Amino acid sequence: MQDRILLSHGSGGKLARELVEKSFLRVLANPLLARLDDSAVFDLSGKLAFTTDSHVVSPLFFPGGDIGRLAVCGTVNDLAMSGARPLYLSLALIIEEGLTMSELDRVVASIQKAAEEAGVKIITGDTKVVGRGSADGLFINTTGIGVVPEGVNISGSNARPGDKVVLSGNIGDHSIAVLSKREGLSFATDLKSDCAPLGSLVAEMLAASLSIRCLRDPTRGGLAATLNEIAGQSGVGVRIEEEKIPVREEVLGACEMLGLDPLHLANEGKLVAVVPAQDAEAVLKAMRVNCYGKEAAVIGEVSVEHPGRVVMKTGLGTSRIVDMLVGEPLPRIC
Amino acid sequence: MCLAIPALIKSIDGVEAEAEISGISRRISLQLTPEARVGDYAIVHTGYAISIMDQEEAEETLKILGEMASLVEESD
Amino acid sequence: MRFITEFRSSELSVGLLSQIGRRSRTPARLMEFCGGHTVAIFKYGIRQVLPATLEMVSGPGCPVCVTANADIDKAIALSQVPGVIITTFGDMLKVPGSCLSLQEAKAGGADVRMVYSTMDAIKIANENVDKSIVFLGIGFETTAPTIAASIIQAKEKRIGNYYVLCLNKLSPPAIRAILDSGEVRLNGLICPGHVSTVIGSHPWGDIAQEYHIPCVISGFEPVDILQCVSMLVAQIEKGEAGVEIAYRRGVRPEGNPEALKLMEMVFESAPAQWRGMGELPASGLKLRREYQQFDAELAFDIITEPVCEPEGCICGDILRGTKVPQDCPLFASICTPEHPVGPCMVSSEGSCSAHYLYGGSFAG
Repeated sequence: MQDRILLSHGSGGKLARELVEKSFLRVLANPLLARLDDSAVFDLSGKLAFTTDSHVVSPLFFPGGDIGRLAVCGTVNDLAMSGARPLYLSLALIIEEGLTMSELDRVVASIQKAAEEAGVKIITGDTKVVGRGSADGLFINTTGIGVVPEGVNISGSNARPGDKVVLSGNIGDHSIAVLSKREGLSFATDLKSDCAPLGSLVAEMLAASLSIRCLRDPTRGGLAATLNEIAGQSGVGVRIEEEKIPVREEVLGACEMLGLDPLHLANEGKLVAVVPAQDAEAVLKAMRVNCYGKEAAVIGEVSVEHPGRVVMKTGLGTSRIVDMLVGEPLPRIC
Repeated sequence: MCLAIPALIKSIDGVEAEAEISGISRRISLQLTPEARVGDYAIVHTGYAISIMDQEEAEETLKILGEMASLVEESD
Repeated sequence: MRFITEFRSSELSVGLLSQIGRRSRTPARLMEFCGGHTVAIFKYGIRQVLPATLEMVSGPGCPVCVTANADIDKAIALSQVPGVIITTFGDMLKVPGSCLSLQEAKAGGADVRMVYSTMDAIKIANENVDKSIVFLGIGFETTAPTIAASIIQAKEKRIGNYYVLCLNKLSPPAIRAILDSGEVRLNGLICPGHVSTVIGSHPWGDIAQEYHIPCVISGFEPVDILQCVSMLVAQIEKGEAGVEIAYRRGVRPEGNPEALKLMEMVFESAPAQWRGMGELPASGLKLRREYQQFDAELAFDIITEPVCEPEGCICGDILRGTKVPQDCPLFASICTPEHPVGPCMVSSEGSCSAHYLYGGSFAG
């Protein structure tokens, strides 16, 4: 095998077939994928959840993860946020000519590991290769399908005044871990991305309460965007308390240095849940037993006032509005 | 204007230093603060130490404000 | 975080608020000059908790907001020169010039890179010897010494592909222009803490004396700002007008002599264009002759179109403190963070952005 991806690897000929067999099939081994039919055919019944996501992170490898893990976890989590049990994923790669075989193998190994942890199978895929300079190394699209259990009704429009807002753990880790590798910012940190599959966490939460109203993972746009979306969709106000939001010291330090706000930073292994007040204790207890919910905390509640807006009580006891940012948060000097 | 943060100087290498805030480390320039020593808190703006924090003044300020705050509490 | 967390203490803040409440009798209007103070005041909801006697107004201390359209157009024009890599602080990326912002120029193929420090820009220059690296030198006296230091280093190490577009501004001239205009009646100045770390307290002492206005130099945490307000109120009630340093852990009366020395070596003062205030004499910095080889404007032939100011935008009035964002017909309707018309909305330190993001009905 060549040690770099060439255009011919994407053109459907012998080289492409060799790539599929050696780099994908051998690692992602499962009977459905092994058939290599044009589509995967399987039986499935019940209420289905279906989602798609494309992943374009740079750099491809960052502390705590890589684009492969990000892709699997991102799609698994989108399914989990509907309350679904994630089952199958498709995997489409757009590879930039010149990517080394060893980098590709690393990504695929990471995909398999994440898929195993999440309990999902990659059952169909596609590979294309584009010319140098066209794809930042590698772009990945994953589409996922899962089954929503009976009795589960989760939506961003379900939040009601009096409900509690629960956050599964520390915010900002992923963003800062990735930023630390960005050219032009160079700072060193032990922080790792929190990239993780949350299917089992959600299943345990639903076992504690089938009345969970909303589930969202605060990825791009951070906690601020997620809470604003829920407030908007449900037509309610959301009130949170700054002191209750779990943030690591290192994330606070990086934010101070760069002029960023942890509320706007992306997370890849966290969720926000809106839960009826009487079920909050039980849900929290279930979360804290799961390795991805150890720092879970109630950070606020849903209110009737200021519908569509998120208001935060600061450490000083004053209140301020928490808005969504327009684009990605930019470090500033002033 | 002027985001600047107190960062602990861990080591000095010529005109540069390793500075740390809450576990985040960054190489900074001491071109503007040649008097800096390891153990000082540098006030860092865009990667340069613009001043060395006067730790005694900081503690003194906190002490005075603390005393005033406890008087307020007592009278409440 | 040491020396940050302690100055965010709610107990100390309550103590200071109580002191302010006891002291403040006379209605007074206080201006904070610095964009960093504007953000802190909104982020911590300080306006909500001050007594009704005190009114706060924001001044022109956001370096991006006061950068004239013509200067942003120069930066855009430089980004279009083949072989040029623009290195800039993040603040500048989204600010619209007459036609484009740097972010839009980047989308159009220009090589524009965000950096945290001039140290990073020099690193990019060393790694790309076949390109010309232009650093956008914005900021006030806090940032100017860091840019001077980078130029001195570039000269010492014979880095021949590093250039600076000099857009640095000086703070005291802007404050004087506002006080001279008499458009806004001010009773006290919250002076910029990190600018003063460099320039010391004497420039503010002169202003306090000449204009009979209390000046107190403040840090950036809520306890710092409240302490500053309390000291201003004390002076106002006694009819005094002098300079005091509230931010004692960061500012010495003489400032930072080394930083001032490097600035003096590399720069000399020059007239500069301020958005909303026109040209102010001796309010900007330009490179001295010995360092002109680093001047991007001299090194590259750039042509800019005549400047067009966005219609209806009153950023100038807002920067001078004569109007507030809510007075602007475009605020929050046509001019929003998603579609900003003027820089006061683009920059996260701008008055309009702070009002929009943090204020709403809680602005106080």
